[in-house]
Amino acid sequence: MGRVIRLEDLEVLVCCGAGGVGKTTTAAALGVHAAAHGRRVVVLTVDPARRLTQALGLPGLGHEPRPVSGVGGAGGGSLDASVLDMRQTFDDVVRAHAPEGTAHRVLDNPVYQTLSTSFAGTQEYMAMERLGQLRDEAAATGRWDLIIVDTPPSRTALDFLDAPRRLGAFLDGRLARTLARPARMGGSVLEATLGRLVGRGLLADVRAFVSATDTVFVGFRDRAEATAGRLRQPGTAFLVVATPERDALREASYFVQRLHEDALPLGGVVVNRVVLGTGELSAGRAEAAAEQVSDPVVAALLRVHADRADTARRQQRLVRAFRSGRPGLASVQVAERPDVVDLPGLAGLAEDVLAPG
Amino acid sequence: MSLHVLTGKGGTGKTTVAAAMAVALAAPGRRVLLVEVEGRQGISQVLDVAPLGTEERTVTAGLAGGEVTGLSVEPSAAFVEYLRRFYRIGGSATGGLLRRAGVVEFATTVAPGVRDVLLTGKVYDEVRRYDEVVLDAPPTGRIGRFLDVSRHLADLARVGPVHRHARVVRDLLHSPATRVHVVTTLEPMPVQETTEALAELRESGLPLGSVVVNRVRSLQDAAVLIDGLPTEALVARELAAARLDPALASSLLAGGREAIARWEQEHTLGAEVAGLGRPVLHLDEMAEGIGPGEVHALAHQLREQGWGG
Repeated sequence: MGRVIRLEDLEVLVCCGAGGVGKTTTAAALGVHAAAHGRRVVVLTVDPARRLTQALGLPGLGHEPRPVSGVGGAGGGSLDASVLDMRQTFDDVVRAHAPEGTAHRVLDNPVYQTLSTSFAGTQEYMAMERLGQLRDEAAATGRWDLIIVDTPPSRTALDFLDAPRRLGAFLDGRLARTLARPARMGGSVLEATLGRLVGRGLLADVRAFVSATDTVFVGFRDRAEATAGRLRQPGTAFLVVATPERDALREASYFVQRLHEDALPLGGVVVNRVVLGTGELSAGRAEAAAEQVSDPVVAALLRVHADRADTARRQQRLVRAFRSGRPGLASVQVAERPDVVDLPGLAGLAEDVLAPG
Repeated sequence: MSLHVLTGKGGTGKTTVAAAMAVALAAPGRRVLLVEVEGRQGISQVLDVAPLGTEERTVTAGLAGGEVTGLSVEPSAAFVEYLRRFYRIGGSATGGLLRRAGVVEFATTVAPGVRDVLLTGKVYDEVRRYDEVVLDAPPTGRIGRFLDVSRHLADLARVGPVHRHARVVRDLLHSPATRVHVVTTLEPMPVQETTEALAELRESGLPLGSVVVNRVRSLQDAAVLIDGLPTEALVARELAAARLDPALASSLLAGGREAIARWEQEHTLGAEVAGLGRPVLHLDEMAEGIGPGEVHALAHQLREQGWGG
C-alpha cells in the first residue's frame, strides 16, 4: 500500500473527517513536517483546541497568519498558522466584490451582520473563500508554496462544493429578482406574502441586503466555482482523517464517497490513535498467564496488556472492514501518541502519517 | 414537557448518551421523543433500527416500559411543515408560489442559519406534543449558535409571525423546561471544550444540565500499578515461569507506564470536571461497541445515579 500523500507533490492539502479524530492536529503536524523539509507552509485551522495553539507556541492565534518559531530554519522552510475568522473573511469578500463605494451598505446591514457571524453554514463557505484568499496571496507574494486547510468537523464540511450551484439557483430565481427590485406600491403577491411572514421591516432589510450584495454574490459564486475547479487540478489532495471507531470510520466512508462523486483527488485515509504493537502476546494468553503468576503487580501488567490487545483486535477488525470495500484506497494507521503537545511531538506524528501504509 | 439538549465535543458519544437518556426517561404514559438534526442517522445506528425519516416512529422500549419514538429532522421537510403549521399556507397556492420562487431552496440551503431556525423551530413544535424530548444537538463548537439562532432571528424580524415564532422558540430554550447537558470523556481536549461550552452557554443564559462523563474505563489494574512497577528482571522471571517469552517484559512495562500515565491524567481531569459546578454523571465504556443492549445498560446506569426518576 502506498503513502497517503506525498507532500512534495502538493500545493494544497485539505483535511476532512468527523469531529474529535485529530484532524486539526494532523493538519498542523503535516505543516511542521513540510516546513522542516524546506517548504513555506501556511496552515488554516478551524476552531483549534487551545492545546494545539499552545503546542505551536501561538496562544491567541487569529485570522492573520503568524509564523511558528522553531520550525524550518536552515532548509529555508517556514510555517505560518491562522484560524478561520468568518466575519473577517466575509468582510473581505464584500470589500473585494462590492462596487466602488457600496461596501459599507452591505457591511452596515443588520441582515449581513447576523448572517456573517451568528449562523451555522457560513463557516463551510468561508473556509473555502479563505483558501482562495490565501492562494491569491501566495501567488502574488510567493510567501507560501503549500497551503494546508482544516475543515469544519461535520458532514457539511464539503457543502462548499455545492455553493456555486446553490447560489446560482438562488440568483437566477424569482426570489432574488423580486427582492432586488425596488419596492413598489402594492407589490406582488410574493412580496406581500414575504412581508406577512417576516414583517415589512425585515423584508426591507433583506431587500437592501440582496440588492447591495447582488454583485457580491455573483462575484462569490464565480469565485466559489473557480476554487472548486482548482481543487480538481494536480497539486491538490484531500486527506480523510478517522479513528478506529465505528462512527469515525462511517464518517470517513461518507467523505471518501463524496470526494469520489465530485471527482476530487483523494490522497488517502489516515487512521489516528490506533493501538499498535500488541501482536506478540494475545489477549487470551495474557489473561491466562495473569491467573498463573504469583506477583500481583505482574498479574496487573498482564491484564493491562490483555485489555490493550483486545482493543487492538477490535480496532483491526473495524479497519479491515473499512478497507475491504476499497481495495485501491491508500491508508495508514498511526499509533496513539501521548506526546503530541509540542513541535517535536507534532513532527513525530507527521512521520507516522507519511510512512508507507 | 421538557427538553434535554445533548452536546459535547465530536467523538465523545453524544448520540449514545442521548439515546440512553431517552430510554431512561420513557415509561408507560410518559411519551418520549429522541430527535437528531444533522442527518447523520446516528440514532438508527446505535439502536440498530432502519434509518429514520421525517415520520416519527417507535425505535426502542423504555427502561420502565413505554416506548421511545425517534425522528430525524430534515430542513426542507421542516420548512414546508413550518409554513403549513404556523401560517397555514404550505399546501396552498401561496406555498407553491414560495417554492417556485426559490424561497424553499434559499431557506434550506443558501441562507446559512435558516436551517438552524427551521430545526430548532421543529424541535419546539415537538416539545409541545411530548412529555420529554431528547435532542442530539450539534457539537460544542456550534451549540451556542445553534440554540441562540432564534434570539438573533427575533432581533432581525421585529414583527410578524416569524418574529413571534422565533420569540417563543427562544423563550422555550431559555426556560427551566430546557436543560443543556454536555457529554465528555476524560481526555484533555473534550474536557477543555466542555469547560468552554459551559462558559459560553452560561453567558447566553441557556439553562445548564449535567456533565456526562462517558466511556469511563475500569482502572483497577492501573491502580495496582501506581504504587511502583517491578523490575524488568522480575517480570521476565514471572513470564518465564508462566511459559511466556521473557523478552516481552519490556513491552509489558511500557504498557504499564502508559496505563499509569492515563490513570493520573484521568484523575486530574476527573477533578477538573467535578469542579465545573454542574452535577456529574458517569457512564461506563462499552468495549464491544454500542447497540440497543448497551444503550439500555447505560440507561440503567443513569437511573442508578438518580437521573430521570
